Amino acid sequence: MPVSHDALTVREYQGIQQVVGPLIFVDKIHNVGYNELVEIRCPDGEERLGVVLESKEGAAVIQVFEGTTNLSLSETSVRFRGEPLKLPVTRDMLGRVFDGLGRPTDGGPNPISDKRRDVNGQPVNPTARLYPTKFIQTGISAIDGMNTLVRGQKLPVFSGSGLPHNKVAAQIVRQAKIVDEDVSFAIVFAAMGVKHDVARYFVRNFEETGVLENVVMFLSLADAPSVERLITPRTALTMAEYLAFEENMHVLVILTDMTNYCEALREISTIRGEIPSRKGYPGYLYSDLASLYERAGMVEGSTGSITQVPILTMPNDDISHPVPDLTGYITEGQIVLERELSQRGVYPPIAGLPSLSRLMKDGIGPGMTREDHAHIASQLFAAYAKVKDVRALASVIGEEELTPLDHTYLKFGEAFEKDFLSQNETEDRSIEQTLDLGWKVISLLPKEELARVTDEEIGKFYGQ
Amino acid sequence: MYDVIGHVSRVLGPVVHASGVKRAKMLELVEVGEDRLIGEIVRLDGDAVTIQVYEDTTGLAPGSAVYGSGMPLSVELGPGLIGSIYDGVQRPLEAIKAQAGVFIPRGMRAAPLNRERKWLFTPSVQKGDKVQPGQVLGTVQETERILHKVLVPPMVSGKIKSIQSESEYTIQDTICILESENDEIPLTLLQRWPVRRPRPIQERLASNIPLITGQRVIDTLFPVAKGGTVAVPGGFGTGKTMVQHQIAKWSDADVVVYIGCGERGNEMTNVLNEFPKLVDPRTGRPLMERTVMIANTSNMPVAAREASIYTGITIAEYYRDQGYHVAIMADSTSRWAEALRELSGRMEEMPAEEGFPAYLPTLLAEFYERAGMVNTLNGEQGSITIIGAVSPPGGDFSEPVTQHTKRFIRAFWALDRDLANARHYPAISWLDSYSEYIDDVSGWWQEQGDHNWAELRSVMMDLLQKEERLQQVVKLVGADVLPDTQRLILEVCTMFKNTFLQQSAFDKIDTYSTVEKQVKMLKIIVTFYQMGLAAIQQGATLIKVRRLKVVHDIIRMKFSIANDESDKLDALQDRLEREMKRLGDIYASFA
Repeated sequence: MPVSHDALTVREYQGIQQVVGPLIFVDKIHNVGYNELVEIRCPDGEERLGVVLESKEGAAVIQVFEGTTNLSLSETSVRFRGEPLKLPVTRDMLGRVFDGLGRPTDGGPNPISDKRRDVNGQPVNPTARLYPTKFIQTGISAIDGMNTLVRGQKLPVFSGSGLPHNKVAAQIVRQAKIVDEDVSFAIVFAAMGVKHDVARYFVRNFEETGVLENVVMFLSLADAPSVERLITPRTALTMAEYLAFEENMHVLVILTDMTNYCEALREISTIRGEIPSRKGYPGYLYSDLASLYERAGMVEGSTGSITQVPILTMPNDDISHPVPDLTGYITEGQIVLERELSQRGVYPPIAGLPSLSRLMKDGIGPGMTREDHAHIASQLFAAYAKVKDVRALASVIGEEELTPLDHTYLKFGEAFEKDFLSQNETEDRSIEQTLDLGWKVISLLPKEELARVTDEEIGKFYGQ
Repeated sequence: MYDVIGHVSRVLGPVVHASGVKRAKMLELVEVGEDRLIGEIVRLDGDAVTIQVYEDTTGLAPGSAVYGSGMPLSVELGPGLIGSIYDGVQRPLEAIKAQAGVFIPRGMRAAPLNRERKWLFTPSVQKGDKVQPGQVLGTVQETERILHKVLVPPMVSGKIKSIQSESEYTIQDTICILESENDEIPLTLLQRWPVRRPRPIQERLASNIPLITGQRVIDTLFPVAKGGTVAVPGGFGTGKTMVQHQIAKWSDADVVVYIGCGERGNEMTNVLNEFPKLVDPRTGRPLMERTVMIANTSNMPVAAREASIYTGITIAEYYRDQGYHVAIMADSTSRWAEALRELSGRMEEMPAEEGFPAYLPTLLAEFYERAGMVNTLNGEQGSITIIGAVSPPGGDFSEPVTQHTKRFIRAFWALDRDLANARHYPAISWLDSYSEYIDDVSGWWQEQGDHNWAELRSVMMDLLQKEERLQQVVKLVGADVLPDTQRLILEVCTMFKNTFLQQSAFDKIDTYSTVEKQVKMLKIIVTFYQMGLAAIQQGATLIKVRRLKVVHDIIRMKFSIANDESDKLDALQDRLEREMKRLGDIYASFA
């Protein structure tokens, strides 16, 4: 990776004092900065990268991204680069594949650029942000109709192992578009600790839809050292920021799987003997995740945008687990996949109630989607909540004992799941189709039950 | 002012150790390294100190110089605060954007208050007057609605040696010279106050005036008094931020301090976009003219997040001292507590529950106790109401921050996951929430709203409790087996939830309800229950009651009747009574 060689800031030392897991301890050194990039030369000449996690007088703790296998105490040398890890960025990187640290793995040449960006990024000034309001049509009814994605939003997919989150993400990538604009999204894809098959699935998908030349991939797969996962989303987002804010492109970022990232963070934290908070995760997990998720949005002075779709698997399907929990506190909503729906053969199994898009209210309505959108969505949520109550009641007293109205709700619930939620993997529904379908299923309920839509809307759309 | 007092010996993220330090004070403001990163001394140990640095410490190396300021971390107070947006240590984000562009680089510096802008100062004291701390020296019209009172700083008193005449001054111009016992004190429009020290007051008062928020579930069911403290806990997606935004928009506070502490950047952008456009229904002026914002978003340095709460409350106290009612929204106090935990962990302190430091409850108590209705040093009444959001992990209210906060607040608006899932907003649970201010403020409500307010409220609360018990039965055997009198309770509670408790923040009319509209709506629903019950007891069926023509209009009254059309609510009330009476009469004639 090309880096400037400034003799004043680069310092090299022979020998290290201690190796613990992915960490090495070096002493008798001088003037080493916090978070500084370190090159480690192994006894066999192999070069590895690391960063300074802690620096004190004459000593430093270094985290080695590629792991510490093969390192010896006396024959290893470390070079401090005098600057944090930087990624050279250029438009030519579109269509290429890199490892988690930004080194090409597709056999192509190193990207050449005089623009090098600190992978840690800098916080965006809140006064310089532009509020996202542009509706992205994903062609998936459960998202467009009820949890609308807008350009510049960060909307994660909360999944579980075995659920089709990759399919859903791939479908979003394939179908995402702005209805009245003819610009396609550039895609930045970061894989942290996922299996080769998963990476291959995405590559094939990008190929089949012919978007591969618009994709930059950063792959740190399951067999790569876990520490590399800590830097992968940062290099990916650095790339995304360059494309969006300097090249004015609309960028869709897929980060998968954030749970693996958090696990790597916990691993390092534990080795360092830090005080854990919940489930052994470090107390700064929230801040750390925020430093990734907040690198989305739109800013003044640029026409580009970053839309983030992180994917995470909820351990044991538990949404209150620290990883989904803290993610939900930072991101602007969440798309939750539900095992029960999936097992009943509903695809995409997007849970009706716990899913949410916080920016939806600003991206829908007249001029953006349709005037009835907010009301019909709210009505579908309310009615589906009632369905859940009725089903719970039915499982206690039996369906026969239900009132006629409750039966109608059950019928609505089935239609909602079968006709509205369910769709084919290749089915790309327009927003009008989605809303009309919403009205079609809600029309199974009597008008008096519809308190969240207006009389005019009922007149116009009910039973049409 | 800034001398080298020592050198960095160890860097651990935002926590920096320095050694060889002389003359350092606890909580002294320092600058670290070449980039002059701002920090605060949080521990002294011989000639070693621990510094909490408010900026990213990447590249900071042992051996770098530490510069002392001799002062504690302070905020600048004076005209120009209103309408500004600051980070956690009061750096003006607009000015930083002008200097650095979209991103916030390290070591940025800008004066919190504009040094060039001139303000028209009108003196209200004369040469030779003896003045006491907190007394008004003169005034500046800061915005159309805020008359900024320039006060004699706390701890300062004496005789006016000279005072400037009415004219325009910058905040650094001397406007007055005070002669005290042994020296002369020049005073400017600009004053400073250390953030961690509460500003002095004359005395605390009991408060029996509610803070009207325009949100029906809050004002009617769980009111907060001016000078009160509230916690709003809720898992993600339950609407904490929306509740905070709605109160910041519609409450009848004179000044609002909004602290975005470790939350989303886009939320602050949203406030910045909306507030200048929204008009306060009471004064007809843009909401921005009463708002101060502190934005330390989740990706900004964690130590500054810890400071943001104190920066905000000190600004609030400054306006309270001018005799204003200030409401402060802290979103979210959990992020502040987590910042404490992170710093404490890096200082290798012994943790208490879930890694939080053992002094967490002490700090929470200190913060919430800075709220209150007071007599200011100048003898005026002012108040600070604190509304703190809490973000419990996993939505579990038994976690330490929620539990400790509960000890120091008097109103609790619990946000409920199930309500939020059904998109019932505000998702304030009527079963888990409470307010200890009800007795304090019911006098006000009886006077300003309806003389039966307390009665109407308790009828409704009672019905909601009964409904909860009935729902248990319904869950087991279905609603069909209940008698009509009990099904009426279910019916009325559904009506109350849909038409009264649920309030749309996005509807022009419904987003805010006046006191008058709230009490009239409440009365209509209680009347529906009471007369409906009477009709059923006379022999009418629930279906008949439900099918009254007026019901359709009651259900839509929140959207269809504007705040200034209370005569329409009176008409609705009359119609309801007439239709109910007619129904009752029909059955009475059979009897």
